[in-house]
Amino acid sequence: MTTLYALSLITVAAPLLASLVTGLFGKSIGTVVSHRIAVTGVGLAFFLSVVLLGIVLQQQISMHEISLYAWAVSGITFEVGFLIDPLTVLMMVVVTFVSLMVHIYTIGYMHDDPGYTRFFSYISLFTFAMLMLVMANNFLQLFFGWEAVGVVSYLLIGFWFKRETAIFANLKAFLVNRVGDLGFLLGIALVFMLFDTLNYQEVFAKLSTTDLKLTVSLWPGMDVSAITLMCILLFVGAMGKSAQIPLHVWLPDSMEGPTPISALIHAATMVTAGVFMVARLSPLFELSDVARSFVVIIGALTALMMGLVGIVQNDIKRVIAYSTLSQLGYMVVAVGVSAYSVGMFHLMTHAFFKALLFLAAGSVIMALHHQQDLRHMGGLKAYLPITCVTAWIGALALCGIPPFSGFYSKDILIEAVHFAAIPGAGFAYYALLAGVFVTALYTFRLIFLTFHGKARWSHQKGHAVHEPGWVVTLPLILLAIPSAVIAWFTVEPMLFAANGYFKQSITIDTAHDVIGQIAYHYPGAFGFALHAVVTKPFWLAVAGIATAYLCYVRFPKVPARLAREFSVVQRVLVNKYGFDEFYQWFFAKGTRNLSLWFWSVVDIRIIDKSLVGGVVHAWGASARLLRHLQSGYLNHYAFAMILGLLGLLSFWLWG
Amino acid sequence: MPSLSLLIWLPIIAGLALFLLQKHPQLARKLALVVALVGVIISFIVYGQYDPQIVGMQLQEKLPWIPYFNIYYAVGIDGIALPLIILTSISTCLVVIASFWAIQKNVASYLAIFLMMNGFICGVFAATDAVLFYVFWEAMLIPMFLLIGIWGGENRIYATLKFFLYTFFGSIVMLLALLYLYWVSDSAQISDFYDLGLTANTQMWLFIAFLLAFAVKIPMFPVHTWLPDAHVEAPTGGSVILAAVMLKIGAYGFLRFSLPITPLAGAQLADLMIVLSLIAVVYIGIVAIMQKDLKKLIAYSSIAHMGFATLGIFMVFPLLEQGQDLATAVLAVEGAMIQLVSHGFISAALFFCVGVLYERMHTRKITDFGGVANVMPVFAGFFMLFSLANVGLPGTSGFVGELFVILSAIKVHFLVALFAGLTLILSPAYTLWMYKRTLFGTVVNKEVEHLTDITCGERLIFAVLAVLVIGLGVWPAPLIDLMHPTVVHLLTPLS
Repeated sequence: MTTLYALSLITVAAPLLASLVTGLFGKSIGTVVSHRIAVTGVGLAFFLSVVLLGIVLQQQISMHEISLYAWAVSGITFEVGFLIDPLTVLMMVVVTFVSLMVHIYTIGYMHDDPGYTRFFSYISLFTFAMLMLVMANNFLQLFFGWEAVGVVSYLLIGFWFKRETAIFANLKAFLVNRVGDLGFLLGIALVFMLFDTLNYQEVFAKLSTTDLKLTVSLWPGMDVSAITLMCILLFVGAMGKSAQIPLHVWLPDSMEGPTPISALIHAATMVTAGVFMVARLSPLFELSDVARSFVVIIGALTALMMGLVGIVQNDIKRVIAYSTLSQLGYMVVAVGVSAYSVGMFHLMTHAFFKALLFLAAGSVIMALHHQQDLRHMGGLKAYLPITCVTAWIGALALCGIPPFSGFYSKDILIEAVHFAAIPGAGFAYYALLAGVFVTALYTFRLIFLTFHGKARWSHQKGHAVHEPGWVVTLPLILLAIPSAVIAWFTVEPMLFAANGYFKQSITIDTAHDVIGQIAYHYPGAFGFALHAVVTKPFWLAVAGIATAYLCYVRFPKVPARLAREFSVVQRVLVNKYGFDEFYQWFFAKGTRNLSLWFWSVVDIRIIDKSLVGGVVHAWGASARLLRHLQSGYLNHYAFAMILGLLGLLSFWLWG
Repeated sequence: MPSLSLLIWLPIIAGLALFLLQKHPQLARKLALVVALVGVIISFIVYGQYDPQIVGMQLQEKLPWIPYFNIYYAVGIDGIALPLIILTSISTCLVVIASFWAIQKNVASYLAIFLMMNGFICGVFAATDAVLFYVFWEAMLIPMFLLIGIWGGENRIYATLKFFLYTFFGSIVMLLALLYLYWVSDSAQISDFYDLGLTANTQMWLFIAFLLAFAVKIPMFPVHTWLPDAHVEAPTGGSVILAAVMLKIGAYGFLRFSLPITPLAGAQLADLMIVLSLIAVVYIGIVAIMQKDLKKLIAYSSIAHMGFATLGIFMVFPLLEQGQDLATAVLAVEGAMIQLVSHGFISAALFFCVGVLYERMHTRKITDFGGVANVMPVFAGFFMLFSLANVGLPGTSGFVGELFVILSAIKVHFLVALFAGLTLILSPAYTLWMYKRTLFGTVVNKEVEHLTDITCGERLIFAVLAVLVIGLGVWPAPLIDLMHPTVVHLLTPLS
């Protein structure tokens, strides 16, 4: 099918070209032309992604492979190619849609920034890299996209490279991600070792004939299951990119980057790559209960612990960042209990409402002239009506209030965990339930502190606080619509229809098919929304909102008193459980000290001074000795020659 | 056309002629540039003439040199030598271009030295006669000593002495090994050394002799400490050639001598070699982090990256021993070869970057910089690209070799892959931290404030290297196809 070939190639190439043009010639073509090119490139990618989605739906394509070129052949073929299937096109549409919104929004948000064209170049490059990641047909291209989005994220967190905090955060993000990538690359190497190919389809096809009991020796005498090790290592990669405990520390700091990229990269798309990866590799993860248990526990810990930290944050973006961490934990739990489609479903709804929340926060920050502290906001609903309404929609969706999109994805997700029998699922279920309350609390704390109550900011002369232009509000509205209603239309076809949306792109062992169990008594979208009023998550969310209302609108003195009463808890949360301090002390400082010690002791003292210095010393000493040989007297030399000749002769005679 | 001889002798003769042009620096530059460009063209003609499908030496030339002792002037190339020859001529050409603005004193001698070094190094790669190889091997060191000794910095005497001592010991023992092989085989042809049926014990002695020579060149831990000092004292062009080309000669030696001549000893000592390679990757990577001098940092980075080359080469033995897995062993050696070529371009680019800063500020201390990106945005962009390539970003050449080596390593042992993989964390720790302190941040002092961005000439050099680094990153297939049959031919007798 050449149409698919052309369509997918142009989808990827358009943002790349836009990035190259704006990056290389941005200075000469000017800002307006630059953003037009970038928006056109991404707009085209979005349009073609929708066309591809249409084709996939219409022609019932369950899997179509396209190979572009082989970049290396040595033993196995290393290829660049695309895998067009329902999972891929879903991600393509989500990525390009959010990216398009962010591109438009950026025109307003960055309009007076000196790095305007550079910024457009980066976000277009990001879109290209993310598309390469989701469209890959093999592990290495996945890794290419994985690293490329990481680099663009690094460049964008440090976009304002004069800020010390920004360039600290971006290096930290890169290094922590690289820890995950080490796991990921070793996982890929194990795939290569076990299957002798890196193409998804070929690996999956070989699963039935591969000996699943193979072991790998980690340490002499310590053998572990190869499949389990492979899955856990691949998931370590996901832990880096999707910021799961204990590799989560980079994401809150990444808020140093401009807000549009917090929405695009650090909420909607890149950080969900880990979830996508596990769903994409579902045939592998289905083979290892141990690995999936590990996934579930990590996800549940992240979901609850990071949500709790969100309650005590005062920076509006950091609250949303911790919310993202927590929601990523939800998705990870979902894929861990084999509810891959639900994980992807939550990924999609979350992309819309979390991007929306970030962009709304950006709108507030712009209106208040780069004020990000919640303590200096309040009462903004009168000044920023559109931002306020859209933020409310995003918040309700995040809390899972019916019939907003987050309700369907989160409720079904928790239900799926409830049905799951895998070890760790019981713990995860209660962690996620508690997380619902926590989510509602921090979300509406943010909403109330920002838009309601008394204004705690002061008017600056000549700077009226008002809604930014249409380039900012339009993306908010366009993101609010799917945040409100998308799940209503998509929940049944994506999750429960007999011949479901994902088809063969997701593999689930019937032994732990929790979605199948839910589908059995699923009452339809309307019925499900009605049914919510008798479920725990709904009332927990309502309780969370009510608590936020009481604490931050009705009795604003309460939070400070609570913080005093429970100062230990408060301190733990404000210190984010001490992860940062520990890493700073153990890894950052420890490595620097080790480096200095290695260098000064091993390299300089032992090798240079003792060994080489010793040789030089000996050299000098022997030179002084040998000097006696060069006496300058002819008879000495003649004597030496005769001795030498005698030696040679005797060697020939007896040798 | 005797292309290989032309490639060797044209720059040597031109270099000698340049010594006569002391009074005419501009003419010397132009002549040198023409010769260097012709060198690049000839190396590509050789690339065109070479048929990768035919194994064994090609484009051979053989003239009697000392016929009484069976010693010939014999040159030829295979798929291992050719990529390194192309790398040599491109690097030399870039250094000559840079001399147009970077060197003002003794221009003619400076260029003469580089051209001659180019010829000698091509001779090392092309020689198929052991005596000829040894002559070129020693000859190429002389220009480097002169370069550091004359154009070097404050500590140049110490650095030159250290460099000399290390390489001298290595060369002496290699000479003994070569003489022994010559004596046994009654021929100086390197290919005649391959099937001598040497005992394991003899092989062990020979292996160690070669090891001392090659390990110093690469350099491997623990004989690496000459390199950071040599780099610090060498002028930019010297560092470029040293890192881009000279380090590769050690790895080339392992492939040309150690693997085919002493396979039994190699198999016995493979574990040790793998451990030394991993120490290079991990230990040197850690040492690099705290370096205060830009050049020292990149020098340590070079040693760590060359660890991948030696790792790829010596993993061949366990791979062939365990499962007779020839395909993976080939992958490992090709990974090592790609790492050699790729590191040639990346390290050249990084040393040029440091040169750009040094020429403007006359310092290489990281703390003297900060916020350079504010005043040199184009330079910052190129430097970022090359830093990311050094970090092994997929899509740049730095990734391909390391990937191949790690993929093969997991078949040797999980721990080998794990330790090799630590470069994923260590290389950004030293590279990007250095980048951050040098280029990011606010402008720290007056000198930085008055820096001017790179000139057209500098842009040209960086653009060429950027194209090579990215081109080799997204499409290394031509390079792999060039050497694949040779590598298979090299490894087949070992299995």
